[in-house]
Amino acid sequence: MYTQALDTHGKEPVVAAAGESAAHAARFQSRVDADEKIEPKDWMPDAYRQTLIRQISQHAHSEIVGMLPEGNWITRAPSLRRKAVLIAKVQDEGGHGMYLYSAAETLGVTRDHLFEQLLSGAAKYSSIFNYPTLTWADVGAIGWLVDGAAIMNQIPICRCSYGPYARAMVRICKEESFHQRQGFEIMLTLAQGTAAQRLMAQEALNHWWWPSVMMFGPSDADSKHTAQSMRWKIKRFSNDELRQKFIDVTVPQAHFLGLTIPDAQLRWDEATQHYIGGPIDWSEFNAVLKGNGPCNRERLQARRTAWEAGRWVREAASAHAEKLAARTTQAA
Amino acid sequence: MSRAVAAAARPDRALHEALLRYVLRLGDTSLVLGQRLGEWVGHAPTLEEDLGLANLALDLIGQARLLLTYAGEIEGRERDEDALAYLRDAPEFFNLALAEQPNGDFGCTIVRQWLMDSWQLEIYTSLQESTDSRLAAIAAKALKETRYHYRFSSGWLVRLGDGTAESHERVQRAVDELWRFTGELFAADEVDERMVAVGIAPPLSTAEAHWSARVDEDLRAASLKRPAAQPYPWHGKRGVHTEHLGYVLAEMQHLQRTYPGARW
Repeated sequence: MYTQALDTHGKEPVVAAAGESAAHAARFQSRVDADEKIEPKDWMPDAYRQTLIRQISQHAHSEIVGMLPEGNWITRAPSLRRKAVLIAKVQDEGGHGMYLYSAAETLGVTRDHLFEQLLSGAAKYSSIFNYPTLTWADVGAIGWLVDGAAIMNQIPICRCSYGPYARAMVRICKEESFHQRQGFEIMLTLAQGTAAQRLMAQEALNHWWWPSVMMFGPSDADSKHTAQSMRWKIKRFSNDELRQKFIDVTVPQAHFLGLTIPDAQLRWDEATQHYIGGPIDWSEFNAVLKGNGPCNRERLQARRTAWEAGRWVREAASAHAEKLAARTTQAA
Repeated sequence: MSRAVAAAARPDRALHEALLRYVLRLGDTSLVLGQRLGEWVGHAPTLEEDLGLANLALDLIGQARLLLTYAGEIEGRERDEDALAYLRDAPEFFNLALAEQPNGDFGCTIVRQWLMDSWQLEIYTSLQESTDSRLAAIAAKALKETRYHYRFSSGWLVRLGDGTAESHERVQRAVDELWRFTGELFAADEVDERMVAVGIAPPLSTAEAHWSARVDEDLRAASLKRPAAQPYPWHGKRGVHTEHLGYVLAEMQHLQRTYPGARW
């Protein structure tokens, strides 16, 4: 799961810090231009490193915060098959978090440090998870729309210039594609179900459509980092390009389900061969980003509570490991 | 249908009913325990433990599906796994009362899991030799999973028991709290006796001896004390539950109950 062009929320990167030689920088850029992968021990501009740490950790945080709105429904899934699939899916998201934290660690930060940034509110995560899952159809819509949007964003990252991130994304994308299909299948079952189920499906589409469209981040005109990230091949397509791709793919799927996209201005444009939607209400996006979405407080609180409640367990594990090591040394 | 039951043929209605009840007990125990573990997902002390607990939940739900599907076939009333999971009320559930106990803190969940895993290890090991080939096959699959579950739970029992003063105290308290539910694990009734008589299930007394030795060894490794045996008034396997099960089912069954007949 994730992302809303997450690299757009930080400060403008300084491309070359003092002390970084022009020769190093030129060599680095030529390797990127040649589509070579940059590996952890290779020289890289500090701004490249910082951009990646921010983006990868925000992505990782999104995965683990993203476990909450869906995990919410594990105990209430309406059949045992759905329950098993949902547990597996939420578990996958946790696994994605793990690969991503590991990828970030190759850049010289620790998972605990990144966790602290999340819990203190200093780090961002995808604001899509600040929306509530109120019905079972919301679980389907997350898979279909949110994971669908995430795939659009993430497939290009499989070709990202930073090796560990690119490789983590290959596996993540395979799993996300399964998640998207299971979400669509939930929606399809509801759309073919009773009147109440069809209504539930339509309402979920109404709730999730705009937030999903906004997941791609601000429009290109307002996106700060796109150009530099593109030169570094961290990013390959602009927010608006990816958003358009998502809309073009998803609108026919909604038609297939017999559901209506909640955008009265949406139309097929013969000239450009694209679906053109109405204007996006960025004030909502910005409000959620600033912490004023429906579930911002709950999500962060849930992560903090789990972290605090688990402290004694983590301390016990460390203490036991130390005792074991001491006993082994004594015995030797 | 098992060979043993088929050989006894329909006239032995009591054996048929006993097999149904026996399979429901196993299936319901896995289902309710899996449901409890599902409550943890996203809230565990570390990301690794989140994944671990989700894994256990997934395996247990998988076991429940196989067992409840089989129970539905034995029953012959066209109830599938979901009809059995979602449309029975608490007195018709036959899980062990230990499985339905609340998660509590991580230590409490670990102790419950370790006690259940140790029990399932013995039961599934013996059931592999069951005269009921279907149960033997399910047990063989479940045993592989249970070995991993036991490694997880017994590993944590030792870590918590040995770790810090706080963890030791918490986990000892959980052992003391949950011990009263272990009496039921090996209390044989007429269903168990019938199953033993036709070679479907192992005698619980043998399983108990193995379980007890294993549990003692783990408690020693974790520097924890075994509480004295306690009388118990719950008989989950006979449908007499603690108050907790009703809430578990209310949450689990609410969509199926709210939209009768809908397919999901």
